[in-house]
Amino acid sequence: MVQSQELSVQQKKELAPKEEKTVPARYYVPNTDIYETDEALTLVMEVPGVEKKDVNVQLESDVLRVEGRIDFSKYEGLEPVYAEYNVGHYARAFTLSDTIDQDGISAELADGVLTLTLKKAKAALPRRIAIR
Amino acid sequence: MLLPDPLETLSRLQRALDTFQQSDWLESSPSGTGPYPPLNVFRKGDDFVIITELPGIKKSELDIQVKDNAIRVAGAKSVDYTEKASLHRRERSAGRFDRAVTIPVRIDADRVKAEYHDGILALYLPRAEQDKPRSIRIG
Repeated sequence: MVQSQELSVQQKKELAPKEEKTVPARYYVPNTDIYETDEALTLVMEVPGVEKKDVNVQLESDVLRVEGRIDFSKYEGLEPVYAEYNVGHYARAFTLSDTIDQDGISAELADGVLTLTLKKAKAALPRRIAIR
Repeated sequence: MLLPDPLETLSRLQRALDTFQQSDWLESSPSGTGPYPPLNVFRKGDDFVIITELPGIKKSELDIQVKDNAIRVAGAKSVDYTEKASLHRRERSAGRFDRAVTIPVRIDADRVKAEYHDGILALYLPRAEQDKPRSIRIG
């Protein structure tokens, strides 16, 4: 559904790292939509410039960490003359509740949009109770 | 010999982009509406490359036009959900965009190429032959 209003520019949010990095390269927080259906929780993250091989999705102790690295070798030989946004890798982490089946996570990347589908654990699926 | 550290190269690119965020090299053309999408302009030898981030756009929804030295990028960005979904967080934007900019050099409109990969739109703008700088030899 395409809204008819005009798009405005959202400034890229820089990631405030919990651990310091030794080299001052900036990471950005990808814009994420989170929505839920009966079967799964879906995260849709915008990571333009990230290819499939450069996406890293890790699940460890209930924390889902997503990292997308950009291939900045494409910028070699290009001299900036005017810039309105900066480029960098993307990283974001989410803590999952135990309604998620941790073995049922799938990911797709198309046109810079990463879709993570987190299937809900069977115990969390809604059940209809029949009235006798 | 020390190998170049990839993270160092990235932070150099990021610092270079920071410096050029104050540049007024690009003027908005009078017919342009709105600041979206944000553009970066690079020089590659004599030619120019405009790079912009447009994640999740369908090529059929993208309209690029070039006239003289004005570039227009227009289209619609849509964000779709299945009907029975309940939305917990919404950070992605959706809507129409239409932006026109004027490059301060003459480009060869017939040889402009556009590529869209992984959410990045790149416009290759070759400089017009007459506009190429000529070296002056000191006699």
